[in-house]
Amino acid sequence: MSKKRPASEYQKTFAFRFFRWLSGEKDPYIGEMEMHPQEEYQPDREAALRHEREHDAIMDKVYDTEHNRSLHLFHRLYQATSILFCLFLIALLLVTISYLPATGTVNRPVNNEVAKRYIEKGLEETGAVNIVAGMILDYRAFDTLGESHVLFVATITVLILLRLNKTQKDEAEISDRRFEPKNDAILQLVATFLVPVIIIFGIYIILNGHLGPGGGFSGGAVIGAGLVLYLNAFGFKKTERFFTEKTYKWVCFFSLSFYCLAKSYSFYTGANQLHSVIPKGTPGAILSSGLILPLNIAVGLVVACTIYAFYAMFRKGGF
Amino acid sequence: MTAFQIILMGFLIICAVSVSFSKNLLNAILIYMSFSLVMSMLWICLESPDLAITEAAVGAGITSVLFFVTLKKIRAIEASEPEAKGESREEKNE
Repeated sequence: MSKKRPASEYQKTFAFRFFRWLSGEKDPYIGEMEMHPQEEYQPDREAALRHEREHDAIMDKVYDTEHNRSLHLFHRLYQATSILFCLFLIALLLVTISYLPATGTVNRPVNNEVAKRYIEKGLEETGAVNIVAGMILDYRAFDTLGESHVLFVATITVLILLRLNKTQKDEAEISDRRFEPKNDAILQLVATFLVPVIIIFGIYIILNGHLGPGGGFSGGAVIGAGLVLYLNAFGFKKTERFFTEKTYKWVCFFSLSFYCLAKSYSFYTGANQLHSVIPKGTPGAILSSGLILPLNIAVGLVVACTIYAFYAMFRKGGF
Repeated sequence: MTAFQIILMGFLIICAVSVSFSKNLLNAILIYMSFSLVMSMLWICLESPDLAITEAAVGAGITSVLFFVTLKKIRAIEASEPEAKGESREEKNE
């Protein structure tokens, strides 16, 4: 049993301040930093007109080529120089290309041992029948990790750019309700039949990523498209039952950190010549090829959530 | 290269040129969508079905939906009718 501390003493500790910052109760900038509210922009008609007149006068003077002999010459020279520069650039690039190895020679960079190894040993080393999946999620998994993070960062950026505060959000929702088609009978009937098929097809693409064409990204995009169709047909009320900003946050967090941890494990074992405990399984079975299947699922979840989030934020600036 | 692929590629070029010459923004998006669909058919001809799936879902589906929403938000197309039709139509394709 630990001793119970009084509240005043607890409030001095780092943990208190950290958890207060984490929960967002207190903005550390408020009170610490000097801040001015932005002044509303007042258009000045008089100054704008004067500015326009001055601009026109300067333009007339500068581009008065008929009366200004040297300006006329300069324009001609400018055109000739730009054409010469373009020709020089074209010649330079063509000369550079002539130094590249010719098509079909042995020394071309394409003919290195990496591609050969992928094709010959890919099935044996990764356990994936689909060589492309073996390549992007096993040999080059680090690239795919970066791609997933790029998607996540893109959503965050869109969120920052399009985010609205509380009153604006209500307004946006009202205008959204006014302009969006709601209770469209044809759309709803079509969506009732199509959405489950589209989502199941997406899940199929993700789960079969290591056996056939497809994978996390394409499957996730298909699922995202299905969610967008569902949202269009039935509105935000229905989708908010299973997908909110919190869902998005946690799904992305768990998928990306699972991807990081899983890949860190295989990088660690690979770099230190250790034996990985993850079984490869028989090639061709659904539960095979080690980490590729769970990684495909993680990528698919991130992509599907990202696409839905993009659409929701474009529509009304939030979930 | 078969005659089918040549026809598809010709269509691709026509689409690409007509997007930039189209005055109506809604038409431009619809042409762009058909460009993506033709492109996904070409990917299948080039034996890469995984790219075809991605192209159909992202290129023809998501991107154009986002374009529609943006155009509607900036009031570049009339409020609800064309947009609703466009969205439901292309989701079916995909």
